[in-house]
Amino acid sequence: MRRDAGWWALLLPAFLLLSVFYIVPIVQVLAISFMEPEPGFGNYERIATNLSVQRVLLTTARICIITTAIALFLGYALAYAITLASENARRWWLLCVLVPLWISVLVRAFAWVTLLRRQGLINQTLMETGVIAEPLALVWNEFGIIVGMVHYMVPYAVLPMLASMREIDPRLLAAARGMGASRIQVFTRIFFPLSAPGLVAAGVLVFIFSLGFYVTPAILGGGRTLMVAEWISLQILDLIRWGLGTMMATLLVVTILVTLAVFSRVVNLRRLFGGAR
Amino acid sequence: MSTALELNALSKRYGSFVAVENAELRVERGAFLTLLGPSGSGKTTILMMIAGFTEPTQGRILLDGRDITALPPERRDFGMVFQGYALFPHMTVAENIAFPLRVRGMTKATRDEKVRGALDLVQLTGFADRLPKQLSGGQQQRVALARALVFDPALLLLDEPLSALDKKLRAELQDELRALHRRVGRTFINVTHDQDEALSLSDTVAILNHGRLQQVGAPAELYERPRTRFVADFLGKSNFIRGRAEPGLVHAGGVTLRQHDATSGDVLLSLRPEKIAIAEGDNALDGRIASWSYLGAGYALVVDTALGALRVHLPSWRAPVAPAEGLQLRIAFAADAATIVQDDADAP
Repeated sequence: MRRDAGWWALLLPAFLLLSVFYIVPIVQVLAISFMEPEPGFGNYERIATNLSVQRVLLTTARICIITTAIALFLGYALAYAITLASENARRWWLLCVLVPLWISVLVRAFAWVTLLRRQGLINQTLMETGVIAEPLALVWNEFGIIVGMVHYMVPYAVLPMLASMREIDPRLLAAARGMGASRIQVFTRIFFPLSAPGLVAAGVLVFIFSLGFYVTPAILGGGRTLMVAEWISLQILDLIRWGLGTMMATLLVVTILVTLAVFSRVVNLRRLFGGAR
Repeated sequence: MSTALELNALSKRYGSFVAVENAELRVERGAFLTLLGPSGSGKTTILMMIAGFTEPTQGRILLDGRDITALPPERRDFGMVFQGYALFPHMTVAENIAFPLRVRGMTKATRDEKVRGALDLVQLTGFADRLPKQLSGGQQQRVALARALVFDPALLLLDEPLSALDKKLRAELQDELRALHRRVGRTFINVTHDQDEALSLSDTVAILNHGRLQQVGAPAELYERPRTRFVADFLGKSNFIRGRAEPGLVHAGGVTLRQHDATSGDVLLSLRPEKIAIAEGDNALDGRIASWSYLGAGYALVVDTALGALRVHLPSWRAPVAPAEGLQLRIAFAADAATIVQDDADAP
């Protein structure tokens, strides 16, 4: 017993750190959302009544779903290519996937601005070659946000899918070929179903990440298209409406927890965070 | 009987490494052939070339007289039991077995009927809705067999089908595999490094070493008349005696032995331990037991003689002597007990 107590004591500093700096503020956020400007459910009623709140929720949901879909599609293709590549090629592929993760999200967002803006590389090239007469609106709208977010999310989509694809026994694919299956049948009947858990896991990860995205939408949306995180910062820092801001923050946390709870029944989420099966 | 499968000068090289060199082989229709060899001998490479997963560097593969060398695996018409079985983990037993039928576009009614037949064939009736992970190793192996046979392929390839099982189960499944082969009457090609499995299962055994076919023949023929030192040593145990031959005789270690097929020159004799008896007779020698061990059915003795240390196997039931270290005895073997073998340089 006493030995056990000693071990638990070792955990105490970490526990205190977490509770003081992490759990307490979150509880406080929850409390503020019910207390300000006056006690009650007033802030939460706005989800049903306030057009601005509804618009920001809808925009966020739309952007997140589209981003997740595109990132999953691109990530799946990449993970598939990496899985089938030779050992040597695989290392280079992985490096190419991981390098963007080491570049600041701010730098990447501004890089996209220079590429996508009216006088940017893409618009200029298209106009000089005569494909378009007027520059396209590629940035400071939802399109720009989605481009930037997909770019950020693809590595996060690739990694869980790659992990699940590499667990697939290559002999299964050879066996299927040997039994008369074409390459397409091997993919649709064997490879895809076996990689599906990784696909779902990657989808959950990317979707949850997208929900709280701040920097990329702030820069590539140009203040015109608001997502939840930027809207919260606007409420709290500029409009000093703490109640409304914390209500949205609480809603965000609850949505993430619910998403996790639902999908943890479908797939093993521990795999997502690197745990053993 | 006609030839089902023929390998013509089949070779596979990886850069300068020779995996298979000039393999020539004919397999009769309905035969059970085992490719036997130590690891790295090229036996699996030959199987993979027959299946089409590995492309030969040279040579041709004929199935029923048709050149299949250039065909992809899915157009070759073989069933295969993979090492570790390669059952699809996301499909039930029935779905696994139906897979080859499904990709051939058969209707559900036909599929269901054939799956039922295949399950009966391997005695797994009632297991249709289980997942592979809910089955024991032996049951998984039978599902793999059913899946490989359900579409009536011309050829069944088995890649170390029993290696994942424990010894007792392996013996059981050997019998089952033999019975299954008799029931379906297809050509079976098996790969193994287990000599007992090769001897007990096959009609024909092909022994490989370093990518070369050493000898092909019926199990008894290979055991009784090995052509090379490697074959004699790999299949069972053997004593090797070096000597000089003259017609009917071999001089070795200062002793003259009678050897029925001796002619002339330097020779190497392979002598199986169980063909040496404790008795007087032809080729009788004085010996002293250097060490011995009890194996249940028999004793394994090492006897020091003028020919060197000889291994002798003695049935333990009513053994003529009670083995003891240092015991002096007379041993003998018949003039046709030993076989003259070729001394291949790389044998251990």
